Amino acid sequence: MADTILVVAEQREGKLNRASFETIAAAQSIAKETGWQVEVVLPGSSIAALAQELAQKAVARVYALEGASLAAYTSDAYVFALKQFIHEKQPKLVLFPHTYQVRDFAPRLALALDRALISDSVGYKHENGKLLLTRQMFQGKFAADVSFAGDAPWLATFQIGAFRGEQAEAGSASVKNVAAAETTPRVVPHEVFQEAKQAVDLSQAEVIVAVGRGIKEQKNLALAEELAKVLGGEVAASRPICDNGWLPLERQIGSSGQTVAPKLYIALGISGAIQHIVGMKGSRTIVAINKDPEAPIFEIADVGVVGNLFDVVPALTEEIKKARAGA
Amino acid sequence: MKILVCIKQVPQKDVPLKLNEAGTWIREDVSYEVNEPDAYALEEALRQKEKHGGEVVVVTAGPARAQQVLREALAKGADRAIHLEDDKFAHLDSVNTARAIAAAIAGESFDLIVTGLQSDDFGAAQTGVLLAEILGLPHATIIIGIEKTDSGLRLKRELEAGHYQWIEMPSPAVLTIQSGINKLRYASLIGIKQAKNKPLRKVAWAEVEPKLGKNLQQIERLYVPVKQKKTEMVEGPPAEVARKVVEYLKNSARVL
Ligand SMILES: Cc1cc2nc3c(=O)[nH]c(=O)nc-3n(C[C@@H](O)[C@H](O)[C@H](O)COP(=O)(O)OP(=O)(O)OC[C@H]3O[C@@H](n4cnc5c(N)ncnc54)[C@H](O)[C@@H]3O)c2cc1C
Ligand SMILES: Cc1cc2nc3c(=O)[nH]c(=O)nc-3n(C[C@H](O)[C@H](O)[C@H](O)COP(=O)(O)OP(=O)(O)OC[C@H]3O[C@@H](n4cnc5c(N)ncnc54)[C@H](O)[C@@H]3O)c2cc1C
Repeated sequence: MADTILVVAEQREGKLNRASFETIAAAQSIAKETGWQVEVVLPGSSIAALAQELAQKAVARVYALEGASLAAYTSDAYVFALKQFIHEKQPKLVLFPHTYQVRDFAPRLALALDRALISDSVGYKHENGKLLLTRQMFQGKFAADVSFAGDAPWLATFQIGAFRGEQAEAGSASVKNVAAAETTPRVVPHEVFQEAKQAVDLSQAEVIVAVGRGIKEQKNLALAEELAKVLGGEVAASRPICDNGWLPLERQIGSSGQTVAPKLYIALGISGAIQHIVGMKGSRTIVAINKDPEAPIFEIADVGVVGNLFDVVPALTEEIKKARAGA
Repeated sequence: MKILVCIKQVPQKDVPLKLNEAGTWIREDVSYEVNEPDAYALEEALRQKEKHGGEVVVVTAGPARAQQVLREALAKGADRAIHLEDDKFAHLDSVNTARAIAAAIAGESFDLIVTGLQSDDFGAAQTGVLLAEILGLPHATIIIGIEKTDSGLRLKRELEAGHYQWIEMPSPAVLTIQSGINKLRYASLIGIKQAKNKPLRKVAWAEVEPKLGKNLQQIERLYVPVKQKKTEMVEGPPAEVARKVVEYLKNSARVL
């Protein structure tokens, strides 16, 4: 029998996490090069319909790993059930999307299986029969190719957005129900919730001026506010700015904040960590101002200005005022 | 509460980094600092101690230079420190790092162990979770709120895109802390002075080596990532740069 790549899909409250399809796309791509086959497992309770949805992809089989203890996510129940399942199936490779949920249990699952987990990969290489996973290091300043040094099953997670979910090939697979091995979790989970309703809706803004730690002090936010004003845009920020309380959380862009896609996104003193980029890379035009020519933000910018934002921003604000007056 | 805080020393955020000759890591002649979420983990431990009493112990695994992060923690109010001191500790994967820390604290019983949610250099986001597995304790990740209850802990977990969840669990437990959970304090002058007399225990490589295994992953090569998008780079005096950007916004991007 062919070696298997097992994709661990994710659901919450009756909905699939779309990142699951990204991981299926990754698995299909690896399978093409290695000749391995792709299977999917979905842990949960009452998940037949979701398993059917996954089965619309070109994979060999979908397992619905059903158990009452898997109804609401806990690391204890997930590790227990998946450990048993993976131990029985002995796949060559186990792939996960690098979601908050996976971050919570996958390391523990790997160690329980006495195997390695290469986390937060952005791609892979198959070189002379060896599988390498590419991951960002030093906050995106470098990349590394990392290999497994021990025996399979090998475990790896893929960063959100590293593959495209809509590129997962369609097909039709059979669904097999499996009763999960169950344990009583030590963790008691309560409802998932959002904080009070947001006062601003950044997703509707056409122009966003976002500031990062390069702004140095709260009072310097005025620079960004000026620039946003002449552009008729909104001010937003990277996480550290909101952590400091300089701007409210509702103006934070990124994986733990808002996702936006304005016509114009100007990033001032933002390094371009992946958790920020996932929230704004859909912007039509990205202008980045950063004093470090190696800052990862320049990799996704349309226009990159290497310079001191305290010099460049006032000049830019003036120039835009002029352009507006002339237009 | 007796609390252990795991602190890693990482290259400073703003310093330029260069590849080493083997292309497997960076050149180490740079300045270092405390991994950012670890500073929040320490702050949270100090606050819990202030509320509930107890002791805060800090631990790091790394070369001699890493002692600095322990000194800073002692100056902020930690009671004592443990330094697994050897250059070799830097070459361990997350599993072995967790094993080494577990070995160094064998015989101590903590009510709570806190780590950062991930490091700013390798960034595996695994060490804390693995430590929980090794110690057989429950754990939770990406925590932005901690309340002690009669039976254990009530915790606020951050989830994606502005979602949150409260969970409860018994203690002892291991938590990985997210930046922003609290406001950081500065060390006071008195604190810095007192830190010099606080106990710092060194643990040698040989003491924990029997508990370590083979690294199950390997860095084949490190490199500067290849650009995926064509970026128009502009440099020069501010006024000229501003003109060029505005030109682009008007003519190419048509957003002005
Ligand atoms: C194959 C391989 C080769 C490596 N080679 C080198 C090298 O040559 N030089 C080098 O400097 N690094 C090297 N590393 C990095 C290595 O030391 C990692 O730092 C280690 O694996 C811990 O994982 P992490 O940094 O991803 O921590 P994460 O799992 O992201 O850290 C989470 C939290 O765990 C705690 N923590 C992590 N590490 C420590 C620690 N050492 N002490 C105390 N608390 C800690 C902190 O609270 C941190 O916030 C290598 C790693 C691998 C896998
Ligand atoms: C689970 C998780 C979730 C996260 N969620 C988010 C999120 O939703 N949003 C988010 O933004 N981050 C998030 N982060 C944090 C993220 O990893 C980064 O730490 C953060 O985005 C860095 O913010 P920054 O770019 O402002 O700061 P830094 O990385 O410190 O960068 C500051 C930049 O400013 C530049 N600079 C300094 N001075 C000047 C000057 N005078 N002129 C011009 N440039 C200057 C520097 O060169 C540097 O590039 C998350 C992290 C984790 C682990």
